[in-house]
Amino acid sequence: MYRTIQIGGHTLAQGIFLRSLGDGRIEIDAGHARRSGHPVATPRSSETVSFHSAFRKALTGGHLRGGLLAGLTGLVLAFGGTTPAAAQDSIEILNVSYDPTREFYREYNELFNVWWTAQGNAPVTIRQSHGGAGAQARAVIDGLEATVVTLALSADIDAISERTGLFPADWQSRLPHNSSPYTSTIVFLVREGNPRGIEDWDDLVADGVQVITPNPKTSGGARWNFLAAWAYAERNDLDPAEFVGAMYRNVPVLDTGARGSTTTFTQRGIGDVLLAWENEAFLALAELGEDAFDIVVPSVSILAEPPVTLVDGNITSDALRAAAEAYLQHLYSPEAQALALSHYYRAWDTSQAAPEDAARFPEVELVTIADFGGWPVVQPEYFGEGGIFDQIYEE
Amino acid sequence: MSDIALTSPVPVTTEPVLIRSLLIGLSLAFVALFLFAPLVTVFVEALRQGWVAALDALRLPDAQAAIRMTLTIAAIAVPINAVFGIAAAWAITKFDFPGKAFLITLIDLPFSVSPVVAGLMLVLLFGANSTLGGWLIANDMPIVFAFPGILLATLFVTFPFVARELIPVMIEQGRAEEEAALTLGASGWRTFFTVTLPNIRWALLYGVLLCNARAMGEFGAVAVVSGKIRGETATMPTMVEMFYNEYLSVAAFTLAAVLAMLALLTLLLKSLLEWRHADLLAATRRH
Repeated sequence: MYRTIQIGGHTLAQGIFLRSLGDGRIEIDAGHARRSGHPVATPRSSETVSFHSAFRKALTGGHLRGGLLAGLTGLVLAFGGTTPAAAQDSIEILNVSYDPTREFYREYNELFNVWWTAQGNAPVTIRQSHGGAGAQARAVIDGLEATVVTLALSADIDAISERTGLFPADWQSRLPHNSSPYTSTIVFLVREGNPRGIEDWDDLVADGVQVITPNPKTSGGARWNFLAAWAYAERNDLDPAEFVGAMYRNVPVLDTGARGSTTTFTQRGIGDVLLAWENEAFLALAELGEDAFDIVVPSVSILAEPPVTLVDGNITSDALRAAAEAYLQHLYSPEAQALALSHYYRAWDTSQAAPEDAARFPEVELVTIADFGGWPVVQPEYFGEGGIFDQIYEE
Repeated sequence: MSDIALTSPVPVTTEPVLIRSLLIGLSLAFVALFLFAPLVTVFVEALRQGWVAALDALRLPDAQAAIRMTLTIAAIAVPINAVFGIAAAWAITKFDFPGKAFLITLIDLPFSVSPVVAGLMLVLLFGANSTLGGWLIANDMPIVFAFPGILLATLFVTFPFVARELIPVMIEQGRAEEEAALTLGASGWRTFFTVTLPNIRWALLYGVLLCNARAMGEFGAVAVVSGKIRGETATMPTMVEMFYNEYLSVAAFTLAAVLAMLALLTLLLKSLLEWRHADLLAATRRH
């Protein structure tokens, strides 16, 4: 007899009934492993378990007790077997993302699941992994089984495609707006009242100003920072390499990701100015108090496009593909765009956004990556081994 | 003169009271500043918004998954390393064979290798770009960025703890009692369970406690191989970092406080052990 059980917050497993465990849970043979958990009434009913009730159940901690009771071997199976490939029955999307999207995707995942179940689908489990974009791409290359990647810039996604062939090289044309459902730009975050009088890029090279930015080798945001500074120097007839070099000599700490730099600046109190994603700067204001920091918008910045794509090679079933494709496409829906706007991203569709979310962004002259020749040119020339960044940093 | 000095209760140190209290005060200040204050800070930060907020933070599914993960890892890694430690210490101290010194050095390797390097070794060995890793991933048995990788990383860094505790004790005890048991006709297993194990049990327990503390607290090696998947491959130390980076400082410090309490519990057990069985410990271990 086939039974469906609930093994995690809202993870389901299906298999042949083995025995009843006495406390309401049953043990099943799921083909590759034995699992135990509370049965859901009939196999079909997996579609009627709403995301919210499952979520609430997870919150009340019922499954923690169950998990501990299941004992050592049960736990091993439960942990070892919940990778997307092993748990065929429950659909699980692993979204490997960059640093500042934590808050946005936490809410988007709920929004997506509500919409997805309303379409008559079983809820999907969405797992998140966050870190510096370069480091995250490296992890996917090394075997982290991402279903979708949502990274800070296309060069990191290109690197995955190039080295693993998990998805085609023309991935960026698969979704609208260069596969970037939301964009952002680079601004300055300074301490309250702007005590160092930082107004534009040329103030960052002054003696004694401490600039906080992550390492362009591992962080996508840092590469946008670098290019925005470069663009300013070019606009103002300065030697870009010399200008950017002078800026990096003012950097006391190079963190690996954008969020690390933000905490260095805001919570550890190091530095006079943080080069930040605009969304990250607004978030820091919202989380840590408007009266602690000010945002300064430079005269020129860069249009940062963080793209998303499906990792075709890690898709193990048609059901997973359908859910993962819908997951990315739904990012372009008016309600998801409104959510992105409320998380301080410059999204495209403002139709459902609150007026203050849509009107928040200051006008700023934005150069684009196309002005530099596109990421396939920029990545090796500026940030590759022995590239311009290496030459600058060695000085 | 010298007779008097040897027999009378003259203090060995002759420093004036001022110097003595200065030294004691300095040590206490140092301990307070560098050990006690940070520990207190963790608990203060955790309870900044009250007990309810802290307990709510522990109810977050991600926090629970991390606690479960850490306890599971420790529950598997510690017994494995205990068995290995006993076997290694037994082989090294009761038998002579060529390459013994080399084996002892190898056991110490995880102490000297940086945990980050340990993590990267696992990625290189079992990552998608190695032949072995590629094959394992193709057959749905991923090692890195999954539970087995975290377990391997923890096993690696906690490898030497039990063996390192046992080896000096067993060297000191020598082989005479085992040899006596053998001449009386006991089998190898019987000798082990009735002679060797009772002799080393306190040192073993001590080693297991240290091993457990490190297994639960390991960050570096685990961070490299975890893939940072929330609710799935996050252990308590890595989850603390994630919460902290998400401005969820109450959740971060509450989880850190739980981790600290687990560590304090370990220390308490260790102290209890030393206090209750001071004579036995003194007899079995002197280092």
